Amino acid sequence: MNVVVCVKQIPDPAAPGKLDPSTKTLAREGKLILDESDSYGVEMGLQLAEQAGGGEVTLVSMAPNSETSGLRTALAMGAAKAILVSDPSLAGSDALGTAKVLAAAIKRAEPDLIIAATESTDGYTGTLPVQVAEILGLPSVTFSKKVTVSEGKVRVERQTEAGYDEVEVALPALITVTAGVVEPRYPSFKGIMAAKGKPVDEVTVADLGVAAGAVGSAGSGQEVVSVQPAEARQGGEIVVDEGDGHEKIVAFLEQLKVI
Amino acid sequence: MALNKIWVVVDRAHDKVTPASLELLTKARDLAGNVEGITWGDAAPLAADAGSYGATTLHTVGDLGSGLPGPAVAGAISEQIAAGNGPDAVFVAQSYDGRDIAGRLSAKTDRPVLTNIVGLEDVDGGLVSEHAIFGGTQVLKARFTGAAPGIYVVRAKSFAAESNGGGPAAVVNIGVPALGASGSAIVLSSHVEESEGPKLDEAPVVVSGGRGLGEAGGYKLIEELAKLLKGAAGASRAIVDAGWVPYSHQVGQTGKTVKPTVYIACGISGATQHMVGMKNSKNIIAINKDQEAPIFSIADLGIVGDVHKVLPKLIEALQKRG
Repeated sequence: MNVVVCVKQIPDPAAPGKLDPSTKTLAREGKLILDESDSYGVEMGLQLAEQAGGGEVTLVSMAPNSETSGLRTALAMGAAKAILVSDPSLAGSDALGTAKVLAAAIKRAEPDLIIAATESTDGYTGTLPVQVAEILGLPSVTFSKKVTVSEGKVRVERQTEAGYDEVEVALPALITVTAGVVEPRYPSFKGIMAAKGKPVDEVTVADLGVAAGAVGSAGSGQEVVSVQPAEARQGGEIVVDEGDGHEKIVAFLEQLKVI
Repeated sequence: MALNKIWVVVDRAHDKVTPASLELLTKARDLAGNVEGITWGDAAPLAADAGSYGATTLHTVGDLGSGLPGPAVAGAISEQIAAGNGPDAVFVAQSYDGRDIAGRLSAKTDRPVLTNIVGLEDVDGGLVSEHAIFGGTQVLKARFTGAAPGIYVVRAKSFAAESNGGGPAAVVNIGVPALGASGSAIVLSSHVEESEGPKLDEAPVVVSGGRGLGEAGGYKLIEELAKLLKGAAGASRAIVDAGWVPYSHQVGQTGKTVKPTVYIACGISGATQHMVGMKNSKNIIAINKDQEAPIFSIADLGIVGDVHKVLPKLIEALQKRG
């Protein structure tokens, strides 16, 4: 079974986020890392391919520059290869423009199953996977917290407000997985060494046959009007616990009439 | 472009309109003269609430069989837009099904989608959306530049839900185009995971735990405290990712938005991911070992201390009160 996992390379989320002053879109400069949200999809893809007894995991990603450091992490985990859509014209793309590009790249890999995270850590639009599915004319099951594949069908426990639904769909299909669905493996030293030699197929928007007008800032049907500091919430009393911290909390709850 | 007609996707939990959809109907009513809803399944039990919060008409795509709502509802809306009967804007609650509907609709109609909206205003006849970014420290305003309708996906609790006493919405069946493979996922069974006490996004008190609990077993303290305060137990993303607690407990950007009377953050440092989901709580109490933890900057009461020392004493003190 061949699996495509959509992965995103993002700035380190521990570092404070920045906006590009001119475009007011997220600044994605410097070293990029594999979005931790995507490590669950990579692991899931690897496990499903292993269980199926054949096939491989292909990563599909997009970046305005030729950044591959995040991809190497996922390759080191065990993915076989990557398709990286890299093109300066992609800068400023919205989710739909990104979906068009990724869908075209995914098509090249002819996967049985496409896996994505429910949303990225940095942009968190949260609609991209379903946009990709719609463009490819595929069924999708989002918010999967358990996934099994057998006899050409994928069965998923999908998170709902009340609990979960058991959902089944025939392949090919797209699923999104929640963080924590599986435990991502740490790349082994051997894996890290092997990743250096794994193929990363770098393609441009034109290579994929996607119209240039559909991507980048020009293709984005939305614009930022303004960015302003939010009204700051006033901090309150901070006390160091000297064994009486709980009493302060009880008094505060009493004052609020919660107890 | 003036706003005349807004469609609200009316998300349902069995035979009730979800609170987030009632919030959107209320806001839509403020912005446009004509508000209509679209839902799935038997719309009759939803018509009274949809009407009393502002919808004149409630369209339904009808029985989904075992299908998921996303493809059918998106298909129906896009067909109406193609036929020239579309609204000036589509509002969707950022729920599990809501995001499916918005994503499919965006791709079907080749229109972008704005998500994580926390505010909407009419500026010169056009809608401007507000988004809390960088953990809610900045407010970004955005608008669509292309052809209407724009698709607006709104986080829960962004607006108050208020009835205007309107009569029931007229229920109208709406056609669904052939969905092909895209509509082929089927729901085999639904499972309810009973949790004790109030729901996370409705509870007046929320007690959340984070990495500072040290290990999965530490979450017992959170559950115990939540129970004593008749509240709900929440979690930071870090411990959900680590597999200590299920995703349904997660508070934050990914996860639930909560606005309780009291939010108690235990061993949570206050990553932007978390803060965006709870910073509008009326009162915030934080317990953390690290005095520099960002959570203290928004806490009304901050206790610099070890959750393993403070929580057992707090639980004991509350138990004594009975």
